[in-house]
Amino acid sequence: MSVKIGEISYKERIDKGIDNDFMRQAVSSAQGRFRKGRLSQAEELGNWEDWRQLGSEIRTHTLENIDYYLHQLSEQVEKRGGNVFFAQTAEEANEYIENVVKKKQAKKVVKTKSMVTEEIGLNEALEKSGAEVVESDLGEWILQLDEDPPSHIVTPALHKNRQQIRETFADKRGYDKTDSPEELAAFAREQLRQDFLTADVGITGCNFAIAESGAITLVTNEGNAEMVTSLPDTQITVMGMERLVPTWEDMEVLVSLLTRAAVGQKLTSYITAYTGARLEEEIDGPDDYHLVIVDNGRSKILGTEFQSALHCIRCAACINVCPVYRHVGGHAYNSIYPGPIGAVLTPLLDGYDDHKELPYASSLCAACTEACPVKIPLHEQLIRHREIIVEKEKKSPVSEKIMMKGFAQWASNPAAYKLSTKVARTALKPWTKDEFVENGPGPLKGWTDVRDFPAPGKQSFRAWWSERAKGEKQNGNS
Amino acid sequence: MKVSLFITCVSDIVFADVGKHTVEILERVGCEVDFPAAQTCCGQPAYNSGYLQEAKKSMKQMIKAFKNSEYVVGPSGSCVGMLKEYPHIFKGDPDWEQPAIDLANKSYEITQFLVDVLGVTDLGSTFKGRVTYHPSCHMTRVLGVKDAPQKLLQSVKGIDFVELPVKEDCCGFGGTFSIKNPEISREMVKEKSQHVSETKAEYLVGGDMGCLMNIGGRMRREGKDVKVVHITEILNTHREGGIA
Ligand code: SF4
Repeated sequence: MSVKIGEISYKERIDKGIDNDFMRQAVSSAQGRFRKGRLSQAEELGNWEDWRQLGSEIRTHTLENIDYYLHQLSEQVEKRGGNVFFAQTAEEANEYIENVVKKKQAKKVVKTKSMVTEEIGLNEALEKSGAEVVESDLGEWILQLDEDPPSHIVTPALHKNRQQIRETFADKRGYDKTDSPEELAAFAREQLRQDFLTADVGITGCNFAIAESGAITLVTNEGNAEMVTSLPDTQITVMGMERLVPTWEDMEVLVSLLTRAAVGQKLTSYITAYTGARLEEEIDGPDDYHLVIVDNGRSKILGTEFQSALHCIRCAACINVCPVYRHVGGHAYNSIYPGPIGAVLTPLLDGYDDHKELPYASSLCAACTEACPVKIPLHEQLIRHREIIVEKEKKSPVSEKIMMKGFAQWASNPAAYKLSTKVARTALKPWTKDEFVENGPGPLKGWTDVRDFPAPGKQSFRAWWSERAKGEKQNGNS
Repeated sequence: MKVSLFITCVSDIVFADVGKHTVEILERVGCEVDFPAAQTCCGQPAYNSGYLQEAKKSMKQMIKAFKNSEYVVGPSGSCVGMLKEYPHIFKGDPDWEQPAIDLANKSYEITQFLVDVLGVTDLGSTFKGRVTYHPSCHMTRVLGVKDAPQKLLQSVKGIDFVELPVKEDCCGFGGTFSIKNPEISREMVKEKSQHVSETKAEYLVGGDMGCLMNIGGRMRREGKDVKVVHITEILNTHREGGIA
């Protein structure tokens, strides 16, 4: 897999999402729960806006000094016996990890909590080189069995229901019990335990890497990360270049924001922190430790107007409030990063060619911007993307270009504008019935396909105004 | 107090009544109202579609039109919100940055102007009917006008006001979004229409004609007879028994 997750067209993806009643119901009720949780937790914290401000400042400061902190981080990790590798591209990252796995002659790799490994397509790369990769996170494991991409960044299998999960287990693993959540979970646990115990290499993502100490922290709800980070002898952390914070205190602020913004919890069930390889006197931890820091397009974003997109702490608050996401689902974004942040990030990482519709799949309602705990101006960044698509990439439709040129002339010329307020009603007459247009021409078609359009009034405001002014003059009022 | 009307393009062409109510309300509270005829559109349709150069042409026209105004007041949170973005759009432009800042600083949405500038929360209006209110996204999130419309509505005598469920959700208008992505827009407005029905309100009130045109157009298509009205229409009503 890579950032892009499929080949079907935007239009088909939208239709597929809208037609998927089950998915929409599931998303809608999850959004309702998460949103309520977030709001009540934010309220309990009291000064939510101050916290957001602090979170945003920490992220800004880190990104502005990212060279310094990356250097500090790698020094700390190496001091503790770890190896650090900076990967410019997905290929470089995969190659490095493949080599580690090969050297160990590892047959089984367990993985947890990592979107960046999805982004770089690590599973495929490892499988090609002969290792079996097992996702240890329940949701991700289900998707892996079913060969389905994630649709949400916190609850990746949000689009699947119990029956579907039961079927997947039955097909792929001979499961023969009911679809009760308890039985399903017990089965998954039993299956996964075998993998944990027999894996040679553990790979995890990273919520925050702490520059001052070289520690990697993971925020999880299942605790499987503990297994992945403590059982296998060889340990690899894969992190996006921006996922670091200067200090433990900074991490505390961001974790508070993350857990509250994500699902409305004060804390998640588990925060795992680990540092480098096992030292002489320590009883657990890996013998061999590697930190792979992935750029894959991120440094291109630094220093641009999109820099704040790298603030993202992957909490999914923006996704959980997004009405577009609610109706089309995560797969419609054709990216492992769905929702508003996906619409912003995907074209930055993977270019506009395959994703030029994404920045337009938003009504710019700004609910995402309001929800984001690290203050990324998401809806404004979508407008910036549109500007680039129009002005730099020249990828907007010709008919639209002509229309917008016309708009500029119309709106910068009061006489032309005034004329249009006079003739609009007459111009739409052929399509007007009972003061409404139900089947509009040209650009109105998209509108009237789904709702009626009111006919322009008998008299424009400005016509009324000048009549009124004249009347007042005649009455000697002026 | 001298107030220049900013009658947005949709109100000018499609809903002239909104402009008339705005004039009457402002005059009732003692403002001297004028209408600079050189005004056109705030530029939002082009700006939000990524056509910055085209948008700027209409924005410059607006800056010129209101150059001599003391206050600029309009009946649309979204369009006034657009004026507030001008300084950031013209940042660094030696000819236009300062005029853009001046325009942004003196511009207000009508309910915001009444409540925050004039301190009026009760216009002495009377209205009988069950009313619910849709707070438009740009009015609340971009312009930051949250309480003013509700305060004014709740002071209307005789009104039976009922909250709209999940009112902060977008109605799916989004300007050109409603034309470019009609399928997604349809699902959003269907949901909004459903929420309006749940309130059993006879009137849906809002502060932005774009959104109201969207919700109203959808409800008409669905055969629902909820009346969709701009907030100025309620505030300017002294009749009992509602709007004809
Ligand atoms: S963009 Fe903001 S709200 Fe969305 S996932 Fe990232 S941090 Fe959370």
